[in-house]
Amino acid sequence: MNKTADVLIIGGGISGCAIAYNLAKKGVKNIVVLEKNYLASGATGRCGAGIRQQWGTEMNCKIAMESIKFFETANEELEYDGDIEFKQDGYLIVASTPKEDEQFQKNVALQRSLGMEVDYLTPQEAKKIVPYLNTEKLTSATFCPKDGHLNPFLTTDAYAKAATRLGVEIYTYTTVTGIKTKDGKVIGVMTDKGDIATNIVVNAAGGYSKQIGEMAGVNIPVYSERHQILVTEPVEPMLGPMVMSFSLNIYCQQTPHGSIIMGRGDSNEPKDLRITSSWQFLDEMAKTVTDLLPPIGKLRVIRQWAGLYNMTPDRQPIYGAVKGLEGFYLALGYSGHGFMFGPMTGLLMSELILGEELTIDISKLSIDRFAKNELVFEPSVV
Amino acid sequence: MDDNTIICRCSDITLKELRELISKGYTSVEEIKRINRAGMGPCQGRTCENLILREIAAFKGVDISELKISTRRPIVKGITLGQIASAGGDSLE
Repeated sequence: MNKTADVLIIGGGISGCAIAYNLAKKGVKNIVVLEKNYLASGATGRCGAGIRQQWGTEMNCKIAMESIKFFETANEELEYDGDIEFKQDGYLIVASTPKEDEQFQKNVALQRSLGMEVDYLTPQEAKKIVPYLNTEKLTSATFCPKDGHLNPFLTTDAYAKAATRLGVEIYTYTTVTGIKTKDGKVIGVMTDKGDIATNIVVNAAGGYSKQIGEMAGVNIPVYSERHQILVTEPVEPMLGPMVMSFSLNIYCQQTPHGSIIMGRGDSNEPKDLRITSSWQFLDEMAKTVTDLLPPIGKLRVIRQWAGLYNMTPDRQPIYGAVKGLEGFYLALGYSGHGFMFGPMTGLLMSELILGEELTIDISKLSIDRFAKNELVFEPSVV
Repeated sequence: MDDNTIICRCSDITLKELRELISKGYTSVEEIKRINRAGMGPCQGRTCENLILREIAAFKGVDISELKISTRRPIVKGITLGQIASAGGDSLE
């Protein structure tokens, strides 16, 4: 294992691999990525694999729009020997309460002002897009045809391979046990395989980012929360877009492989690191999906799993440096949408670290916003 | 066995495809399934996992007992969402 690194990234998910790739592409040498398990073993590989631009804050819309542009040509850009399975059949987001309907009208106005291709629909119009939809409880919907699905394992694999070709060293099954600091600066990282001296550490540890922050003496205002998902047997194409509802608490999409992935949140989840499966989720998910999309009730469940959302107080990510600890950077707190932001996380973090002009001004997303109380609450999180 | 022997029946993975992936450095069942879907089908690896472990053990030159198996996930047997929804929460306790 390397004894030194110019940049050391903690976390082998989409964020860590994309940051490493972007830095290496800009010519940075001696980049190390540490992953305590295997690549995409955390939140990235456990996510719902949905990719959307329809967000409720300007910052999240911009990051998502630019990320989708990247995914459209990512196989070529990353010279991948496989296929990241990007499917753009859209996201149909349905509203079931007057308050939600009002929010959706605001969202669409914002999204259109940013140049997004998105429509506000009646339940009848929504049913034309997804004929299986039970519109009984619905007030309205929004639809963006360029949203869709992307394979998290293969996308991370593509980034990791491209980074490796550019000289990045990725150490899997390597656990960070401590971070060394001296006079307000990062000087190294301790692992179960030995120490690495470095002056730049990026915390891209997803669900475990708070614990990594503590190792450096930095209190990051995030917590992790279990979210569960199930997948059905694969069937012929029957559901094009992702169907999603915040108020009904469901997202559901058919993958290119044919299986249907669905998930929902639980506001009673404890704030901890558990990733076990529960029968309560299976029961509630089955009831929710058979109510909104009745034909899906005929499909067999073959597996359920769980992963961690790393939540911030305003449900937007934290990007950038930390005042008082030179060389410590944060790329975390995605609140359930870190995978789809991966390309911009990679690009913007590389620009921040190298002191370059930012492609999107994300200064509002620094950790300072919490001390200054300058939060912008993201309304559209499931 | 020849190269075209099917190792994972749910996802149509042949011995040749499996060996190629292992030789590229994907040397655990968790990593392999995430790339080629072996073990992700309706049988959840009940048929293929031991075959995959045997190939990994041969490649690494270790005993099969030293290798990690994949995480066991619910549900045990495929039943439909409609059956689950109509069974109700109480009957599952």
